[in-house]
Amino acid sequence: MSKMHLKLKVNGKSVETLCEPRELLIHVLRERLNLTGPHIGCETSHCGACTVDMNGMSVKSCTVFAAQVQGAEITTIEGLAGPDGMGVLQTSFREHHGLQCGYCTPGMITRAHRLLQENPNPTEEEVRFGMAGNLCRCTGYQNIVKAILHAASELNASKEAAQ
Amino acid sequence: MNDLSHDQRVAGLKGLGSSRKRVEDARFTQGKGNYVDDIKMPDMLFGDFVRSQYAHARIRSVDTSKAVALPGVIAVLQAADLAPLGLHWMPTLAGDKQMVLADGKVLFQGQEIAFVIAEDRYICADAIELIEVEYEELPVVVDPFKALQPGAPVLREDLAGQTKGAHGERIHHNHIFRWEVGDKEGTEAVVAGADVVAEEMVYYHRTHPCPLETCGCVASMDKINGKLTLWGTFQAPHVVRTVASLLSGIPESSIRVVSPDIGGGFGNKVGVYPGYVCAIVASIVTGRPVKWIEDRMDNLMATAFARDYWMQGKIAATAEGKITGLWCHVTADHGAFDACADPTKFPAGFFSICTGSYDIPVAYVGVDGVYTNKAPGGVAYRCSFRVTEAAYFIERMIEVLAIKLGMDSAELRRINFIRKEQFPYQSALGWEYDSGDYHTAWDKALNAVGYDALRAEQAQRVADFKAGKTRSLMGIGLSFFTEIVGAGPVKNCDILGMGMFDSCEIRIHPTGSALARLGTISQGQGHATTFAQILATETGIPADQITIEEGDTDTAPYGLGTYGSRSTPVAGAATAMAGRKIRAKAQMIAAYLLEVHDNDLEWDVDRFVVKGVPERFKTMKEIAYAAYNQAIPGLEPGLEAVSYYDPPNMTYPFGAYICVMDIDADTGVADIRSFYALDDCGTRINPMIIEGQVHGGATEAFAIAMGQEIAYDEMGNCMTGTLMDFFLPTAWETPHYTTDFTETPSPHHPIGAKGVGESPNVGGVPAFSNAVHDAFRPFGLTQSHMPHDHWRIWRIANQLGLHG
Repeated sequence: MSKMHLKLKVNGKSVETLCEPRELLIHVLRERLNLTGPHIGCETSHCGACTVDMNGMSVKSCTVFAAQVQGAEITTIEGLAGPDGMGVLQTSFREHHGLQCGYCTPGMITRAHRLLQENPNPTEEEVRFGMAGNLCRCTGYQNIVKAILHAASELNASKEAAQ
Repeated sequence: MNDLSHDQRVAGLKGLGSSRKRVEDARFTQGKGNYVDDIKMPDMLFGDFVRSQYAHARIRSVDTSKAVALPGVIAVLQAADLAPLGLHWMPTLAGDKQMVLADGKVLFQGQEIAFVIAEDRYICADAIELIEVEYEELPVVVDPFKALQPGAPVLREDLAGQTKGAHGERIHHNHIFRWEVGDKEGTEAVVAGADVVAEEMVYYHRTHPCPLETCGCVASMDKINGKLTLWGTFQAPHVVRTVASLLSGIPESSIRVVSPDIGGGFGNKVGVYPGYVCAIVASIVTGRPVKWIEDRMDNLMATAFARDYWMQGKIAATAEGKITGLWCHVTADHGAFDACADPTKFPAGFFSICTGSYDIPVAYVGVDGVYTNKAPGGVAYRCSFRVTEAAYFIERMIEVLAIKLGMDSAELRRINFIRKEQFPYQSALGWEYDSGDYHTAWDKALNAVGYDALRAEQAQRVADFKAGKTRSLMGIGLSFFTEIVGAGPVKNCDILGMGMFDSCEIRIHPTGSALARLGTISQGQGHATTFAQILATETGIPADQITIEEGDTDTAPYGLGTYGSRSTPVAGAATAMAGRKIRAKAQMIAAYLLEVHDNDLEWDVDRFVVKGVPERFKTMKEIAYAAYNQAIPGLEPGLEAVSYYDPPNMTYPFGAYICVMDIDADTGVADIRSFYALDDCGTRINPMIIEGQVHGGATEAFAIAMGQEIAYDEMGNCMTGTLMDFFLPTAWETPHYTTDFTETPSPHHPIGAKGVGESPNVGGVPAFSNAVHDAFRPFGLTQSHMPHDHWRIWRIANQLGLHG
């Protein structure tokens, strides 16, 4: 199959690659751009392990074709890290034991990041609903929810302090 | 550090009992984990399977010509290509053999027929579409009872005429084994003469561990030095190395098996799968690394399922409710090949723990294993070898008996519990329970949930329902479970002849930090965090200065891996014992340095102190430096230790779980109001991780009890091959958990720990299921099979006439 010239902005950097239009975004990221943070768990949009941010929205990159992302701005877990690697969400997941095997975690944190942009002050119910597209087999979600609620209050507190 | 108080020094270690944050999390939260599909090597090829569309068919022909002609396709392997190497069949962990690639016929939908090797996964997928398989359909058997009928189709033609299997006599061409434990005649006599007998068929349906990461591997044969390296999703990397060596003839010294980060296992990644064998062969044939990664449908349809036990039970009791005997017969559906991962002597695993937490004087268990046209497996899905089936069986039978007696089932449990003073307790089916205090745990649990008030509320709800004031029912699900985990001992437990010990090697570095390597492998349990805690307490080296490594057979000591909650009971014990060897040598060094006799020293957190002279001491850090840099007469330099630990017995964690749910009789929707989990796993190493394990295991139990299943239609089509059909709960429907504990140490484990990872699955399933049953008990329900999805709950209500 002939290849297309794909130009993207990934984690703030302009990148170019050749790929087939039918290639899935998750494969472009993992195989061509070596961003192995997002994972593949189902290939049917159910599990959310492949969640990335695309043009300001959470998408499941296992069901997005390369042909659909020409010129898009993509953020993966690798782009969410602070200068020392750990951001507020990452630290909160660690502090609240919001992960075990770690396989869902990049998608989970990437989705949580977007959720807190959409709703900076969510209730527990809103977190549970807003995260329902991301499956975890290890934690039972209770500590994930706790971690996100804690991260929200931390982020809000630092926003207030800045104002 | 020397100015710190005793308590400050203890806290600084982050040893046993500390809710230490996990060292694994920095890499996982930043997307820097290293899972098998993240491995990328120069020239790496990708392999994938052509799979059977039919559950039972003869393969007439496989036309690969169009596929082979596709640019980028390297080769297509079939059984005939593997036969000269003797690799077209492989041994299963249960002593059966399994086709690697279809050898003349297929026995389940999704079975591997051909292995396509291509430059990348897209070309591979295209090639698979181009391969034409001509089938001749054969009659399909999906019901294990029908499989045993006289005229049933012969599934395993390779076993024709064989009346003996790996586990004794075969009584039918689709029969695998019969396994019997206990006193059959004695039990039947008690049942025949009992005041009360409750009899029920309890079905624990087929399901699947479904870790979020599927199975896969990368095989790389280096033709220059003859070394095979295999990275993969292996819960038991050393066992994989041994099996790979036995199959291929390559010496174990020339095989390196590496388990990188594993994205959940839950039993799914214990077995050896055709993909591993084919990737190895493909790498040997092509001289290039070959990756094989399952997709989700492959995972659910072809790699190891769990459960599928039909359990016929009879429980006998006096009129007052004292249990006098338990009889059980299981028809175990193993699918097309017996690919359980049980210890050799236990073809039904530790199912004979089914007398549960109760003092039952006589019991009998018989299990018949049966072949059907379903995927092979029978692994322990977050449980220790069929313990979940056993716990579900006894906890349902207790409820059924309570109905028959007209008793409250909490009280029925209480009067039958093994009493504290009876431990170590010899069960009627041959197990020696190490320790327990069931009454204390039960009372704590019932008080915590306000049991009496819940029953009163339920009675009012039933009255209101009958009066037409509500359409909601209320169920209180009780469960008290005893697990049996931590296999060995070696004298009882082996897999394919490999004894089930485990191991730890420790090196203390000259500046007082340490490296420890174990024969186990974490799949999310946090071994790098908790094993360092055990060592910190044993050696006085802060956990933050101890690196834990697992999963690389070139560096880790031989071990049997991580499943059956065996890591803490066995490798955790090895870790403690190796730490004690370090301390013994350290004591001699300290005695030399302090110019006293060994016996004049005592251990104090992180140092040896001269008895009665607290200002005279040597810290482990000082001792480590001296071990390497000071010539000590009669002592070798260095500070290292190895322990291979063969446990004297298994450990018996237990717990009390109580689920309260509200059920809408008209929609069948169950709303979990509360879930209380009390666990006693002996000594608690890291309470934060224990709580996390309980949340996760209970959520798996919730899924299994309330909707998750691997279902087949009559043609053997798997109906649940995607996450659309196979229920994995989201954050939205998953309940909130309250955790609690009692602490009864194991008397034979070096630190008293028992293991916890699987308890919530084992104890959780009966709690959820009993809650559903309990809601309908006032309307005459005694037994209804799981999973209790909305439709099945609605059907219960409908069949009981609750829809008017």
